[in-house]
Amino acid sequence: MERERRVGPRASRRSGELVRQDPDLLRRLLRAKDRMDAASQEAWPVRRLARVSGVSEAHFARSFKEAFGVPPHRYLLTRRIERAAAILRDTDLSITEIAFRTGWESLGTFGRTFRDVTGESPSAVRARARDAANAAHELSRVPVCVVRAAHRPDLRMAVSEKRRRAAIAINGPRRKGAR
Amino acid sequence: MSQGVEVVGLYVRDQEEALAFYVEKLGFRVHTDVKNGDYRWLTVQHPDQPSFQLGLFAPGPPVLDPATAQTVRAIVAKGAMPPLVLTVDDCRTAYERMRARGVEFTQEPVDRYGTVDAGFRDPSGNGWKMIQARR
Repeated sequence: MERERRVGPRASRRSGELVRQDPDLLRRLLRAKDRMDAASQEAWPVRRLARVSGVSEAHFARSFKEAFGVPPHRYLLTRRIERAAAILRDTDLSITEIAFRTGWESLGTFGRTFRDVTGESPSAVRARARDAANAAHELSRVPVCVVRAAHRPDLRMAVSEKRRRAAIAINGPRRKGAR
Repeated sequence: MSQGVEVVGLYVRDQEEALAFYVEKLGFRVHTDVKNGDYRWLTVQHPDQPSFQLGLFAPGPPVLDPATAQTVRAIVAKGAMPPLVLTVDDCRTAYERMRARGVEFTQEPVDRYGTVDAGFRDPSGNGWKMIQARR
């Protein structure tokens, strides 16, 4: 069933030319990326990823980065951070529990990496998500007619004038005599 | 139906392999299979959807020059083509059946948004979501 050859990365890099990776290799690198997507909480040492892709450990990291623009380890970190941010927003699990569930071995590493990647601490992200949810909830106490009036879009010129300006922004002013 | 989308094509790395995948593993039927020299127009069809054909096209001459074809093959193999969605009556049953036939799943069935979805790829790298129809 597996028709793909177990080949190494493309042989040579010609100077000044974009590197072309073998599509069969790319397909197998994609498999490693898919596996990380499906189970980002698991440990993915290069040895394991290289085995999924059927390439040597020495070639894996470089080939992956060439194919997808980020080193495999960094790709995995970003998937984990995304998972953690979603769980922070959607559940009441403790931050320690979230760190554990998304694959981190220590709370310190999780917090530090989370902050490095998102610019915010996990608790700040959670607090902001709560505020946004509360604001949406608070708004539900305001009479609907008031909310609707408040959400009425501002329109300070005629619609036709707005359209004319948008058209000029796209096509430039219409020249006189142009067909 | 007399108007609407009739054919949407995928790029595949090997038309024979793609044909075997979509027919034997997914249960599609061949609609058209016509050769003209190196060119092969190949479309398959879902048995429940007679007005739509899925084209399985190989990038290459005479339509694409060799360098462009190689670029397209690389893009497909990297999974960078747009997503495809297959609707099924029962996602978990379809998952079991397809997995037994050797389909490469990227995501097991998950309950989400009031339905069940899974993910798989064709041999070329085209990514599919398989979503259970809401009843």
